[in-house]
Amino acid sequence: MMLRRFVLICVLVIAPALLGAQVQGGLDPATLVKPLGNTWPTYSGDYTGRRFSSLKQADRNTVKNLTLAWVGKVTAGSPTGRGANIIVGGVGTGEFGAGGGVTIKGSILMVDDHLYVTSPDNVWMLDARDGHEIWHYYWKTRGSTHIANRGVGIWHNYLYFETPDDYLVSLDARTGIERWHVEIADFNQQYFSTMAPIVVDNHLLVGTGNDIDSPGFLQSFDPETGNLQWKFYTVPMNLGDPGLDTWPNLEAARHGGGQVWVPGSYDPETKLYIFGTGNPTPGYTGQGRPGDNLFTCSLIAVNVDTGKMAWYFQTSVHDTHDWDSAQTPILIDATIDGRPRKLVSTAARNGYFFTLDRITGAHIITSKYGSTSNWARETRPNGVVEPDPGKEATVPGSLVSPIEGGVTNWPPPAYSPDTGLFYVQEHNGFNMVYLTDPDPRGSMGLGGKQVSQLGSLGNYLTAIDPKTGQIAWRHEYSGGGGGGLLATAGGLVFSGDGSGNFVAHDSSNGKPLWHTRIGNLSNAPQTYMLDGQQHVLAAVGDTIYDFVMY
Amino acid sequence: MRLLRRRFHWIAGLLILFVWLAAGIAAQRGGNRGGAAPATPGVGNPTATFPAQQRPPGDPAMIARGNGLYEANCRLCHGADLRGGDQGGPNLLRSAVVLADQSGELIGPVVLNGRSNPGIPTMPKFTLPAEDVRAIAEYLHSVAATMQGQGGPPRGTPAVLNVVVGDAAAGQAYFAKNCSGCHSVTGDLAGIGARNTNPMLLQNAWLGGQAGGGGRAGGATNPVMVTVTPPSGPKVEGRLGRIDDFLVIVNLEDGSSRSFRRNGDVPKVELRDPRDAHRKLLPTYTDKDIHDVTAYLVTLK
Repeated sequence: MMLRRFVLICVLVIAPALLGAQVQGGLDPATLVKPLGNTWPTYSGDYTGRRFSSLKQADRNTVKNLTLAWVGKVTAGSPTGRGANIIVGGVGTGEFGAGGGVTIKGSILMVDDHLYVTSPDNVWMLDARDGHEIWHYYWKTRGSTHIANRGVGIWHNYLYFETPDDYLVSLDARTGIERWHVEIADFNQQYFSTMAPIVVDNHLLVGTGNDIDSPGFLQSFDPETGNLQWKFYTVPMNLGDPGLDTWPNLEAARHGGGQVWVPGSYDPETKLYIFGTGNPTPGYTGQGRPGDNLFTCSLIAVNVDTGKMAWYFQTSVHDTHDWDSAQTPILIDATIDGRPRKLVSTAARNGYFFTLDRITGAHIITSKYGSTSNWARETRPNGVVEPDPGKEATVPGSLVSPIEGGVTNWPPPAYSPDTGLFYVQEHNGFNMVYLTDPDPRGSMGLGGKQVSQLGSLGNYLTAIDPKTGQIAWRHEYSGGGGGGLLATAGGLVFSGDGSGNFVAHDSSNGKPLWHTRIGNLSNAPQTYMLDGQQHVLAAVGDTIYDFVMY
Repeated sequence: MRLLRRRFHWIAGLLILFVWLAAGIAAQRGGNRGGAAPATPGVGNPTATFPAQQRPPGDPAMIARGNGLYEANCRLCHGADLRGGDQGGPNLLRSAVVLADQSGELIGPVVLNGRSNPGIPTMPKFTLPAEDVRAIAEYLHSVAATMQGQGGPPRGTPAVLNVVVGDAAAGQAYFAKNCSGCHSVTGDLAGIGARNTNPMLLQNAWLGGQAGGGGRAGGATNPVMVTVTPPSGPKVEGRLGRIDDFLVIVNLEDGSSRSFRRNGDVPKVELRDPRDAHRKLLPTYTDKDIHDVTAYLVTLK
């Protein structure tokens, strides 16, 4: 007994002290399990994916006093350099995309009164009080697809971000000086990396993207050293791997896609990291890959210590429309049939909403929230939606809703435990989808089709009851929405309306309560507390608008 | 980055479509991850996206020789287009070995030693001199360099595809029942089949409400009109400039414009969008309806 107590004391007191001696200050990963409040220390604010802040200085009555605090503009680096504070890294020439404009499409972390902002190849540290730039790190790239960067991860005083040319780079969070970089995917195989690394304990969870039929995977790295801890493939890679019977052969599975390019959520009680996977490849020509194509377009729960899959649920079976299921899932605690349940919900790009038991992956709810989605047949007894083969790309054309971008996409949803509602931006467009490569082998990547957009039947901010899958309300946008959502304990949901307005809605009914016309949001709004005042910020392209409560 | 749809611009959409076709681009960049591929294959271009496109062009004579060797030794299993063949050889354009190879150092051992991988037919050994292996590698790289963005294969020769598969008589019946209230084949749609020689464009156009000369709603190229009725004062009518929850802008006939703050239902705003009628039909069509109507419209010469 004494011995056990001694060991316990060692573990509780001495080990953290040793760890503290090694890396001091900054962000203790243990704080990430706390509800979102004063800071914004990880992609979704906290591990739940809710993007629900406990801050409530701005509420339904006071939000009208939310006022512009500062405007900050960032400028990308270039191979020729710029300014005094730019720190240059990278293994390429930087020629690709040189001089390109910045669009902020990721989360901005707020830790220790500083903001960390990213775009492909660039990280900036700004002062959260006035938005002035403290340092700028620029990565000279080898090339690649420069589509987006979703933000940094932070562990103690170390920052981590992914580059389009497939490096994981660690910086000193105070100075921007590089600590190390490691290659996380094969650039030759045309991977490109955008995901915000997620810190869980001493794990750094890292995903990548790819369009040319390479296998998807999630990796865990040691945040201190950058050493690989484990690698989880989202498609079968060897004979005997689970899911192989949902592919025609191993070769198809190994080129089956299922990329991991949007951060997931984490449940500390089960140590499960729950994330969505991308589309199967070739994307639009499924004739060469008959079967369900596991574990593409799925929610997957992986143990963070082992990298082993605990459960999966496929939210888009045999997808043929590039409808990634990479959306960030939301962890919800609710009572169903009198029983408290631990749930995970996701609004998938294909227009269907799912609620599962997050401990077991057991199915609870399937419902359609994309009001015009027309690609499905019936729902299987296990809650999986059966696709209509007639709605694949055809030579004479197939009328498909939603469009290729989906009913929703990477812009994150939100959930308020106060209203019990799941909020998501809903887009109901129609395409004609033509098959231009009827080769029975299928095409490659996202090739082999031609798409014509026909029009939209409406865009909405939509509130869903995750316990039933029923729509609580829809607020119509004449524009397309965009950027993603923030919910707060002040009874608000912040969103862009696609018409250039940044809007605070009443979280109970969608009524707009405050707005300002700053342009269309390119990322999701966020909030933090500084000097006793609540701030709300959002990015429009290369510019950050920070609002404050007086 | 087209995932977040703003208002759909029909004319712009059609123009883009024409440009695509003119350029012979078969694959549109869809989804959210596009936006960065080169408009033309960037062979030998250091600013191209990926190594397969960035490598400098190889020696044409060696590539030609490699092509011949490929035809003789590899084509049967790997296909004329390198995308895999009837004998079960894998697609070489997405092969990690080919994509990582520089000048035969990775491809060579596979050719010379053969390969036995689970799930794929065993590849035999080929006894070839080193310069032949190098030539084959150069040929493979020369083809890989022409791959399109987002993993699309080289363009090759476009397949000749017939979009007109519908039943024209059924289309005529559908038209009489559902379309003739607004459109006339001797009026606004007279000669539509002659005016639109590309059936795919014709189909896209009529689905989008762009095919005719107007129909009853006045034509899709006509602007969205708006009438604003303030609580006091006269109605204001004109073209819609913009509308959201907070503002409506009316462009008046004299070239001036007026804006009104919106507060719920005040002031009263009435929109007349000539595209609305067609938009509302979108969820009602079956693919057969669409193909039948197209088959009918192409006969209207």
